[in-house]
Amino acid sequence: MSPDRYQSLANSAFGGAVTKRLGLPKPPLLERHEPGKPLVSAPVALGAARGGRLEEPVREVLRGLDAHVETDVGSVDGRGELAALLFDASGIDDSVRLRSLYEFFHPLIRALRPSGRVLVLAAPPEDSAGVRGATAQRAIEGFVRTVAKEIGRNGSTAQLVQVTSGAEGAMESTLRFLLSARSAYVDGQVIRIESGHLATPADWDRPLEGRTAAVTGAARGIGEAIAETLADQGAEVLCIDVPTAGEGLSEVANRIGGTSLTLDITGSGAPAALADHIRGRHGRIDVFVHNAGITRDKTLARMSPEAWDAVLDVNLSSQERLNDALLGDGLLGEGGRIISVSSVSGIAGNRGQANYATSKAGIIGMVNALAPVLRERRATANAVAPGFIETAMTAAMPVTAREAGRRTSSLVQGGLPVDVAETIAWLASPASGGVNGNVVRVCGQALIGA
Amino acid sequence: MSPPDRRPVAILGGNRIPFARRDREYAGASNQDMLTAALDGLVSRFGLQGERVGEVAAGGVLKRSRDFNLTRECVLGSALSPDTPAYEVQQACGTGLETTIHVANKIALGQIESGIAGGVDTTSDAPIELNEDLRRLLLDLNRTRSTTGRLGLVRRLRPGQVVPALPRNEEPRTGLSMGEHQAISTKRWGIGRAEQDEIAVESHRRLAAAYERGFFDDLITPFLGLERDGNLRPDASIEKLAKLNPVFGDGAGATMTAGNSTPLTDGAAVVLLSSEEWAAEHSLPVLAHLVDAETGAVDFVHGDDGLLEAPLFAVPRLLDRNALGLQDFDFYELHEAFASQVLMTMKAWEDPAFCSERLGRDEPFGSIDRGKLNVTGSSLAAGHPFGATGGRIVGTLAKLLTERGSGRGLISICAAGGMGVAAILEREA
Ligand SMILES: NC(=O)c1ccc[n+]([C@@H]2O[C@H](COP(=O)([O-])OP(=O)(O)OC[C@H]3O[C@@H](n4cnc5c(N)ncnc54)[C@H](O)[C@@H]3O)[C@@H](O)[C@H]2O)c1
Repeated sequence: MSPDRYQSLANSAFGGAVTKRLGLPKPPLLERHEPGKPLVSAPVALGAARGGRLEEPVREVLRGLDAHVETDVGSVDGRGELAALLFDASGIDDSVRLRSLYEFFHPLIRALRPSGRVLVLAAPPEDSAGVRGATAQRAIEGFVRTVAKEIGRNGSTAQLVQVTSGAEGAMESTLRFLLSARSAYVDGQVIRIESGHLATPADWDRPLEGRTAAVTGAARGIGEAIAETLADQGAEVLCIDVPTAGEGLSEVANRIGGTSLTLDITGSGAPAALADHIRGRHGRIDVFVHNAGITRDKTLARMSPEAWDAVLDVNLSSQERLNDALLGDGLLGEGGRIISVSSVSGIAGNRGQANYATSKAGIIGMVNALAPVLRERRATANAVAPGFIETAMTAAMPVTAREAGRRTSSLVQGGLPVDVAETIAWLASPASGGVNGNVVRVCGQALIGA
Repeated sequence: MSPPDRRPVAILGGNRIPFARRDREYAGASNQDMLTAALDGLVSRFGLQGERVGEVAAGGVLKRSRDFNLTRECVLGSALSPDTPAYEVQQACGTGLETTIHVANKIALGQIESGIAGGVDTTSDAPIELNEDLRRLLLDLNRTRSTTGRLGLVRRLRPGQVVPALPRNEEPRTGLSMGEHQAISTKRWGIGRAEQDEIAVESHRRLAAAYERGFFDDLITPFLGLERDGNLRPDASIEKLAKLNPVFGDGAGATMTAGNSTPLTDGAAVVLLSSEEWAAEHSLPVLAHLVDAETGAVDFVHGDDGLLEAPLFAVPRLLDRNALGLQDFDFYELHEAFASQVLMTMKAWEDPAFCSERLGRDEPFGSIDRGKLNVTGSSLAAGHPFGATGGRIVGTLAKLLTERGSGRGLISICAAGGMGVAAILEREA
């Protein structure tokens, strides 16, 4: 039974008729990654505004994917024929030329099949020449976010990928992720790619082969899914959680062939214990995922100092101390990845979550500030900000809040832990060295904070 | 001393489930469930999924007959490679340490590179045997072919025969329970009530403190919702213990209570041992080495020695063989079957008469600094699932030595049947 009963109901013959009559949205069934399935299973269309620099590198990646690029887009007239629409907008240097977006997408948008993908490749506005260039490039964001809202009911997503000049060769892991079913619940995002230290994996299904990853809060929920997904993609995973969660933790570690470390990350000895463990058992760590997090919700006036302290310590301060230990002792290897789990609440704020939202916004500040430091070390720091994810935590929410959380996104449903995990795995890939200092929401384009 | 071709045996770590009091959290768990959980916890800490370990040796005292291949069944149900062989040892309360010695010896001889040792016991899911009369009748019935013969046998059935025989914690040759035996020794050695209660309070206090500082974080994996030993009473006090009535012995000299005797407990514990090479290949830090061990027994049936007095003799033999004195240790782990057993052991080694007459020594064997005795608590606080205690102690002592950086530790465990098992662990600087 899916955790989302309404979704099952709305997709049944009888329930579908009822929900339609009531004018309720029908949550689409999102395609998710299945091993062995081709990454792009239908033709794609690729267009470009004149003067762009990204069409060729994109075509190159599509070739590697064995994707069939529809050359005669004029022949596409039916619905649901295309798996993806890609457009190189990097050449747009003036608002009047934004029309090329309309011209490419207007005739094709209906041809996008369910769980289809729209990708617009562009330049970071601040890198663009002149006021007009920057204006035009910034305008693209509004276009993409709107397209995402219009195609969400179909389970389709749209993203804007801004590629700095010189980073054209750093796009592959991101294009693969965004085109694939692995990005099912990532929607309406702006992702920035710069040139970085990259390594092309021998096997794109297992890019983390030979890498060691650590995940905090791995005993259950999203952390469990992260540990599983990283292991699935080849990583040796060190699963960390508090001693009282040891039973679940050891089950997870045994299932994925990883190891378990029981550690309260807030303990005063935790950074040293972690450093010792990594040094003794693994030598170094390539990917560190800060996932452990807690909530102690109360409106500010009612919030106890303990609730404030506990949330800030688990969700933010302990991460800073662990990072210091990892970086200070040189335990994060070359090409290392620090990935931290923020939250949409950290972007938008949330009533009753002054402590939580502060901590989660702090994470955004932390990865932004760490990014240049890690770039020097040929490593990266990024954050993911989940929206409503179906876990034990959200299952315990009051019904109205839970329903609101699910339905107020373009994809009209909550995400699954694996959606967050897949996003983290993409950031963790050795091929994602060009993605640094990004905060990627995994929220189905939730309305809040958007 | 060790012959030169003996390889060092490394202790890499331990894992146990919290011990539960009888008929509490683990009432529905079998020996197999508990031992498998302890194994799986160890496997996850050390990343041994799918690993073919040299052997797994473990055992339990209270076992059901269907568990004839208990340890192997646990291995098959665990995340270890199914190609890992396993066997059982039953040596009463000495089981967990005896299995450690077996595995260590095979590693020392180069027969295996790695092994897991330990034990388990349930007093909740205990075997219940048929009444002996009924059992004989059923066996006869099975052997009889003719219907009339069978009917004749069935007519022999009496209501009293349907009452099952519950497992008894008593020595078959004396009919006395372990506590009753120890009560005799307690009296003979003149061990008082207050000093026993003190040992018990200290055990609870030290175990609680060890939990508080996270000492057990990498030695215990919660099971069935239990996170700490169910018997632990951090607030135990002399005053509270003084109120309990004696349960063993009789008359004015009865000093042994439920507070200074170990309760019936359920649980499992295992330790990981290996050669130096195997540890290095697996990037697993060595916590300590098992230096030597000695198992002994006394004739408690006909002789003067008490049921739990074998360690009094086994430990001196072990130390003599290793040219060590009782003072050459940084930690002493004397299993607290009863507080009086620990006190009696220390008293005997300080007693010139006993040491000269029974141990043949010119000087007393020596005293033990209480500050180095059972520093993170022992069985009085943690509980004592018979087969699991050895594994608990080996894991604990190896970690204590790691924390200290270097040093030597002594383990002494008394066992039913008049037996005792002792071992020396060491961590070089
Ligand atoms: N579920 C959602 O909808 C959602 C939305 C946004 C963000 N998040 C974030 O995702 C992360 C995981 O959330 P989840 O829903 O899986 O929660 P969860 O409560 O199911 O899991 C959190 C895990 O972290 C562990 N943990 C807590 N404190 C710890 C400490 N001091 N040391 C080590 N481990 C500790 C817990 O034991 C638990 O296993 C959290 O950071 C949460 O804030 C979740």
